[in-house]
Amino acid sequence: MLFNLNSAAMEASGRRPRLLLQICLIFSTLILTFFSPVVRSSSTLDLQILSAERRVDLSSHIIRVSLTLKVENVGTSPASEILLAFSPAQVDHLAWIKAGALVGKKRKKSSLPLDVKPSNILDGPNGTKYYSVFFTSQLGSGESVSLEVLYVLTHSLEPFPVEISQSESQLVYFRDSAVILSPYHIKSQETSFRTPTNKVESFSRVEPTDRSGTELKYGPYEERPSYSYSPVIIHFENNNPFAVVEELVREIEISHWGNLQITDHYKLAHAGARQKGGFSRVEYQSKQPFGGSASFKHLLAELPPRVHSVYYRDDIGNISSSRLRIGAKKSELLIEPRYPLFGGWKATFVIGYGVPVHDYLFESADGSRYLSYSFGCPLAETVVDKLTIKVVLPEGSEDPSAVIPFQVEQRLEKKHSYLDVVGRTVLVLEKKNVVPDHNSPFQVHYKFNPVFMLAEPLMLVLGFFLLFVASIAYLHMDIAIRKS
Amino acid sequence: MAAPETSPTPSSLRNAFGHVFSFFILILIGVLAFSIRLFSVIKYESVIHEFDPYFNYRVTQFLTKNGIYDFWNWFDDRTWYPLGRVIGGTVYPGLTLTAGTLWWLLNSLNIPLSVETVCVFTAPIFSAFASWATYLLTKEVKGAGAGLTAAALLAMVPSYISRSVAGSYDNEAVAIFALIFTFYLYIKTLNTGSLFYATLNSIAYFYMVCSWGGYTFIINLIPMHVLLCIVTGRYSSRLYIAYAPLVVLGTLLAALVPVVGFNAVMTSEHFASFLVFIIIHVVALVYYIKGILSPRMFKVAVMLVLSVGLVICCTVVAVLIALVASSPTKGWSGRSLSLLDPTYASKYIPIIASVSEHQPPTWPSYFMDLNILAFLVPAGIVACFLPLSDASSFVILYIVTSVYFSGVMVRLMLVLAPAACIMSGIALSGAFDVLTRSLKFQLPGTSEIFASDAVDTGSESVILNKDGAKEDKSEDSVKERPSKKSKKKEKEKEKEKEKEKEKEKENAGTLSSRSHAGTSSRRPLVLPVEASVIAIFLLVLLVAFYVVHCVWAAAEAYSAPSIVLTSQSPDGLHVFDDFREAYAWLSHNTDVDDKVASWWDYGYQTTAMANRTVIVDNNTWNNTHIATVGTAMSSPEKAAWEIFNSLDVKYVLVVFGGLVGYPSDDINKFLWMVRIGGGVFPHIKEPDYLRDGQYRIDSQATPTMLNCLMYKLSYYRFVETDGKGFDRVRRTEIGKKYFKLTHFEEVFTTHHWMVRIYKLKSPRNRIRGKTKKSKSKSSSTISSKSSRTRKKNPWN
Repeated sequence: MLFNLNSAAMEASGRRPRLLLQICLIFSTLILTFFSPVVRSSSTLDLQILSAERRVDLSSHIIRVSLTLKVENVGTSPASEILLAFSPAQVDHLAWIKAGALVGKKRKKSSLPLDVKPSNILDGPNGTKYYSVFFTSQLGSGESVSLEVLYVLTHSLEPFPVEISQSESQLVYFRDSAVILSPYHIKSQETSFRTPTNKVESFSRVEPTDRSGTELKYGPYEERPSYSYSPVIIHFENNNPFAVVEELVREIEISHWGNLQITDHYKLAHAGARQKGGFSRVEYQSKQPFGGSASFKHLLAELPPRVHSVYYRDDIGNISSSRLRIGAKKSELLIEPRYPLFGGWKATFVIGYGVPVHDYLFESADGSRYLSYSFGCPLAETVVDKLTIKVVLPEGSEDPSAVIPFQVEQRLEKKHSYLDVVGRTVLVLEKKNVVPDHNSPFQVHYKFNPVFMLAEPLMLVLGFFLLFVASIAYLHMDIAIRKS
Repeated sequence: MAAPETSPTPSSLRNAFGHVFSFFILILIGVLAFSIRLFSVIKYESVIHEFDPYFNYRVTQFLTKNGIYDFWNWFDDRTWYPLGRVIGGTVYPGLTLTAGTLWWLLNSLNIPLSVETVCVFTAPIFSAFASWATYLLTKEVKGAGAGLTAAALLAMVPSYISRSVAGSYDNEAVAIFALIFTFYLYIKTLNTGSLFYATLNSIAYFYMVCSWGGYTFIINLIPMHVLLCIVTGRYSSRLYIAYAPLVVLGTLLAALVPVVGFNAVMTSEHFASFLVFIIIHVVALVYYIKGILSPRMFKVAVMLVLSVGLVICCTVVAVLIALVASSPTKGWSGRSLSLLDPTYASKYIPIIASVSEHQPPTWPSYFMDLNILAFLVPAGIVACFLPLSDASSFVILYIVTSVYFSGVMVRLMLVLAPAACIMSGIALSGAFDVLTRSLKFQLPGTSEIFASDAVDTGSESVILNKDGAKEDKSEDSVKERPSKKSKKKEKEKEKEKEKEKEKEKENAGTLSSRSHAGTSSRRPLVLPVEASVIAIFLLVLLVAFYVVHCVWAAAEAYSAPSIVLTSQSPDGLHVFDDFREAYAWLSHNTDVDDKVASWWDYGYQTTAMANRTVIVDNNTWNNTHIATVGTAMSSPEKAAWEIFNSLDVKYVLVVFGGLVGYPSDDINKFLWMVRIGGGVFPHIKEPDYLRDGQYRIDSQATPTMLNCLMYKLSYYRFVETDGKGFDRVRRTEIGKKYFKLTHFEEVFTTHHWMVRIYKLKSPRNRIRGKTKKSKSKSSSTISSKSSRTRKKNPWN
């Protein structure tokens, strides 16, 4: 895994001396031997979780889980990492994960970010998958540390009933475990689920279980051995927009003449319970809150400040229902698809805008340029199943490489735009299962000679010049065969 | 024109300056023609307009995606279900090929414009071309001054703007250019006698045939003119060169266009040209023989030829008549017949009569579409008679015929517009010519120069115009110093009308002197200074009024794309985007092979925007099929369901304006559905839907009306909006307020209720043998129906 990562990075960074490659190879083999399963198994089993608290937020269709762990090293050798376990169903829907070490006393707690990587050790019992969290410094024997883990699950709410009519509200299932799945022994733990409304149809009981308002609390449970699991099902109402962008293609075109043009192509769908029967406009309009409670009619897109020339359209023309508010920190675009979206309905549209390039394009110390722009989807509270970012570099730029805080597929393409001769280099980044938490900046480095900026204007000048020369020549030439 | 080489230096310099100046004016006219048509893009958006343009757009998309060969062979199975339509063979490909070539050219230069953008801007681009073609044509007729004026007038004539605003991607957009350009080349050939131009003329004619069915106008007008020339004794070899190659080459080329094919030699629309072709050869032969024989011999020969020729002519005519009589419509297509006999369509073909643009125009529409041109045309005609040349007689013939045609069909106002512009251009330019000359003549200093080239033509006169306009201002200051002449002639001040007449005379005088190119030494008539100043002022005012009107028409009247409607309310602009809402819904939330039934008006839009198969569309080639849909709409629910089900329809789309007051909805078109349906299926009777001859949907409406599908689909649950069911278009409460649908189910209604989409409920499980019988019966009638429609050759 690590080896693959390194080679991918190598490819992205272009042609480097071969020496570097060798060093890298050696380095990666060193890492591999260092973290070999033998070492790991001995270190992992020495850990114990003193207390664990898990809070699951079910208020939208993006499920945010925060996990607070207090870990103690009960073994003899120092430990460098801790494993987080996920059931196979969860790992498929895991969109984003972040971990931090809590330092400081009660009031002045702060979190130091830690590295999280999918672990390469073998799967645990029943196909359990692991993620490793690496400590900044090794955890010595008898020491303990507080960790905070945040992760996001998507597509984990299952609508039931699967089809609802227009006026019904949407009920969903959420399946999880009352106890935390972990390869370690947990001394004390508790889990709470927060539902969007008070309306909970049913929930499994694993005593002690307690429900108050929107809060559903499991635990505390004491002294659970490793890999314990007790499944629970919660059936509750969730009428939040299940807005899923099935595919988002974002094109970022850099022009050194001063504009950064962004074009987003959306394929939006309502991923909730499917619409049963017809859609009645009269019901939708007259009984507003209940006429279509599970549907949504507008979405909020957060655009950068100083945005200009915003357009919102689809294949058949402009969509006139949108509002733009430009602010100093951010601009907000409230878009309304052509029709309200009910379960299973789809819509496609394009949002495009320009921003001043000097806000996002910088020159690094070695003379190369880099673009720093936000990754992810600007629509609030939406899941993107497949995100493709195409960074169109200006014609004549070289050595593109991307720096992204998470793992992303990369490849290069060529694109011919206005009056291009050799074509522009396009760096394509692809990522599946993207949530708003991915909206952190990424960088694309490349080399560019400003002379290329003049290529196209000069070409035009030359073209017109030749045209005039040709017309002068034509007017002064006599090409008649016979003199009249 | 021929002067520059021999004339002294200052004059040639002036000429060169004039050429450059008129070149720039032409460029400006092009820019004007292009930009005045962009109101629709600026006020609305860059989008394809109306109905037919959507079809053309779809065809262009297909062309750019699949290439030219697939385009010729394209059988479209997404329309006229289950018959389909051979698009490649039934469409005039000129527009599509033009836009496709434009797109391909731009993309090969790496200018990645979308097909839609190219389509939207094709019409404005070709309007600029059309105004340049007008310049060329008018220049051939009456010189460059008239040419420039006519071009400027055409660039902004509302009638043409109505068909060529950005987004109005229809055949007429390129066809008007092709029409004028073909006429120009004809006149050019006629004036020069050059075979080169004759060949170009056939190619231009070919382009016209590719672009528009209106090419029959050319192929009838030119023979008429040739005949006129022959009859008036104006036969010349130039005429022969202008006409004979056009008929031969033009007909051969026209036959290459799949949609025309053998129609180019088989239908009556083209017979006039062949007849004249024969006549011109006979005449040519006569002139030739006359040249080689002595007068006495010639008389004998005439006798001989006349007797033989008559026999041959009779047989030919007899054969032709027999051929024509053998075809059912006497070889004329319905549209052409309704041109010759304006009452034909309303009597026999309701489907042609039902289209609003096939109705005769009203008087106000002449003023709306032509404005001051309508008044200037007579002056132009008079100017064309003085002197009458081959070219000017052609223009006269053009205006006379096009006035007639525009009187028959409002759509053909478009053909009249260029003729009116040419005539008005000639009139205006002539008037300005006289007035500015008389100003110049009386100004000290300039008169000498002027006298030297008083009969100069071409771009010169433009400069004169312009100079005149400039001196107009300086004139005011000069006027303080009273010149003798002007004082003397102050008495002669006349009223504007009388002056106009004199102008014409004057005009005629100068024109005749011009045609004698320099040989005449006659001093032109001169008007008094004040009179000319006032006349110029009034003329400028008139033209200014025209400009204001044109800009208003372009901005307000003709720029609405009709798929987006707007209304101005106290709290701002309100947008009605319901059509696209419905089409977008259809395209994203129904299965790709679902069939959608609607009245034919929305067929093109549904295929283009929603990408769904339709039963009928705006290409009304199969009356029976349209009548089937009309019958379904006018039948009660169950019968309608059976018809639709037999056609495999899954969704029915109706347009309903009752909630917001959109008048051109399906309820208002409903009587046509009844009429067209009843024309084929006699059990639908129009009187059943009328109460005492009145069409109404309120409580007085007939039960047939209140139970028909169209009524039910339009007003389903409408009463729940305001509790009364008040229809804002018909301004009445609806007749039947509470009812349920048994065989249809509402699946979508747009925000303002303008489009409502219903789904056919799936048939119930058969319990006993009862339902079976009726079903099999209906399906058998439909199958017999469709077999009947197949027999008819649809592209006749």
